[in-house]
Amino acid sequence: MSIEIEAVSKSFGTFAALKDVSLKVPSGELVALLGPSGSGKTSLLRIIAGLESPDSGRILFDGEEATKRQVQERQVGFVFQHYALFRHMTVFENIAFGLTVKPKKSRPGKQEIRDKVHNLLKLIQLENLADRYPAQLSGGQRQRVALARALAVEPQVLLLDEPFGALDAKVRLELRRWLRRLHDEIHVTSVFVTHDQEEALEVADRIVVMNQGRIEQEGTPSEVYDRPATPFVYDFLGSVNLFHGRVHEGTAQMAGINLSSPENASANDAPAIGYVRSHDIAIGRESADGAIRAEVRYLLSVGPLVRVDLALSCSDRTIEAELPRDEADRLQLQVGEQVYARPRKMRVFVEDYQI
Amino acid sequence: MVGKGLNKKERKGATVTEPAWVRSLLIAIALAFLALFLLLPLAAVFSQALEKGWEAYLAALKEPDTISAIRLTLITAAVCVPLNLFFGIVAAWAIAKFSFPGKSFLITLIDLPFSVSPVVSGLIYVLIFGLQGWLGPWLQAHDIKIIFAVPGIILATIFVTFPFIARELIPLMESQGREEEEAALTLGANGLQTFFRVTFPNIKWGILYGVILCNARAMGEFGAVSVVSGHVRGSTNTIPLQVEILYNEYSYAAAFAVASLLALLALVTLAVKTVAEWKMQQTITAAETER
Repeated sequence: MSIEIEAVSKSFGTFAALKDVSLKVPSGELVALLGPSGSGKTSLLRIIAGLESPDSGRILFDGEEATKRQVQERQVGFVFQHYALFRHMTVFENIAFGLTVKPKKSRPGKQEIRDKVHNLLKLIQLENLADRYPAQLSGGQRQRVALARALAVEPQVLLLDEPFGALDAKVRLELRRWLRRLHDEIHVTSVFVTHDQEEALEVADRIVVMNQGRIEQEGTPSEVYDRPATPFVYDFLGSVNLFHGRVHEGTAQMAGINLSSPENASANDAPAIGYVRSHDIAIGRESADGAIRAEVRYLLSVGPLVRVDLALSCSDRTIEAELPRDEADRLQLQVGEQVYARPRKMRVFVEDYQI
Repeated sequence: MVGKGLNKKERKGATVTEPAWVRSLLIAIALAFLALFLLLPLAAVFSQALEKGWEAYLAALKEPDTISAIRLTLITAAVCVPLNLFFGIVAAWAIAKFSFPGKSFLITLIDLPFSVSPVVSGLIYVLIFGLQGWLGPWLQAHDIKIIFAVPGIILATIFVTFPFIARELIPLMESQGREEEEAALTLGANGLQTFFRVTFPNIKWGILYGVILCNARAMGEFGAVSVVSGHVRGSTNTIPLQVEILYNEYSYAAAFAVASLLALLALVTLAVKTVAEWKMQQTITAAETER
């Protein structure tokens, strides 16, 4: 089922959580709502579910108006950050809940319910824990039970609110890959909320980046990562360095180097900010065209990467570069050494675009 | 606080621990206080009640006026407790699960009976429903008796016991949040199914605790009931009022015999309360570890 959100606004008291948000989620896709806390992503998800109602705007399911529909009629599966399992019910009873509350006419028989729950238990790989209570499960197991419970009623839409937020790093990684594979199998239209860019980039078909109640950009993970539409998106996805300078008729001047910036061809000597990702900075010993002289201040190995803090000679600012381990080994960098840093890729925004 | 698992040596090392004699002294004072003000009177009630033997005790309880007082007390509790159970759950649900303007005012209102003297609570009803009261003439014209009759006793008791159940449930329901209910709704459950299958099992021990306290107070309330009852023997006397009358007539053994019923009720209440409290603490801890 496709979801359309048309010009939705929502305020809580004086706080505007969503400002005129419009979005289309095509049928069968897995979409991530990505943003910092307070960006309105959870409010949007709850409005889609019917747990909140918008102040203005419409929600359409498959092109049909659903704004006034009750939660129960929307056929959405909702997975909460803190699982929200029924604590006095066993795993089996939790998963069966949605089936047992159906009106008598459409309620499946006992045997049918049992078969269905067992299939779901198999799907979440917890077949032998059917009689446990939620308190006896680990966080990852609880979240899988919550997912099975939501899937039991065969929802048209699956909504997940920070589904992995309360889990530790390793379980989180496993579970999000599992979710991706699951979605490839069942193809139910899914929307999940996260503040973790890595999670969004890895799991989602499309990413919707949100900030202060608005959508900053939407697109495939590579679109959003490689061609951020706004300074905010640049800043939020991956670590980034800022350069201040000016841009004039498609050429940017930053930190003593000239770079072409074709998207700003009409700019007339305007103040601008350049964004360079840490891994888009090449470090060399020779002076080269478009390279900035800098001093190595600090070196830190983080897993497969080496982080290098560089102090620019032309100003008192430092920038951060990330090199693959083997390249860092080849360069044999020393703290205090003079090097040349060359931005391989820079995106320039005229300054009134401020974050 | 010193944990149970600490051995003697660690206990000595802990800087917050007082010397042994201070600890024993404090415990002794507390126990002596309890014995003097709680256990001694309780023992006195039963020893006075049984002073003239079992037969006199049972005879005092079989007195028609006493039986009528017991019946009225039971009727009052049977009406007040279910009503306050309903109001309490509704109010606690509204306060714990929704946010709306005037919420803190509602909480203050619920606490009102705790802060008003019971005698004043009784007088309020006399002022409203009594002969000289606002509605008095109208009630008299329609031959409806509230003050100095059973309805007045029930009204006053409801007022006095209103906070017990709501006050018990609000913190419990707040600690559990509303995610489980929301989950039930997204799974297609309607309001009643959500209440009986999700909310109620989580608060049942809190409800029992509130009911037992509410019941004890409903049966034992003296001040408010005394004002509205009119002390008509055999018709508008509750157990506490009957105790007072017997005592004022110098029939001590009978007074204490009737009073022993209330004391027994208190002991049962205490036992049930302890179990409910323990069970409730378990559910709260479970709710917190899940977060």
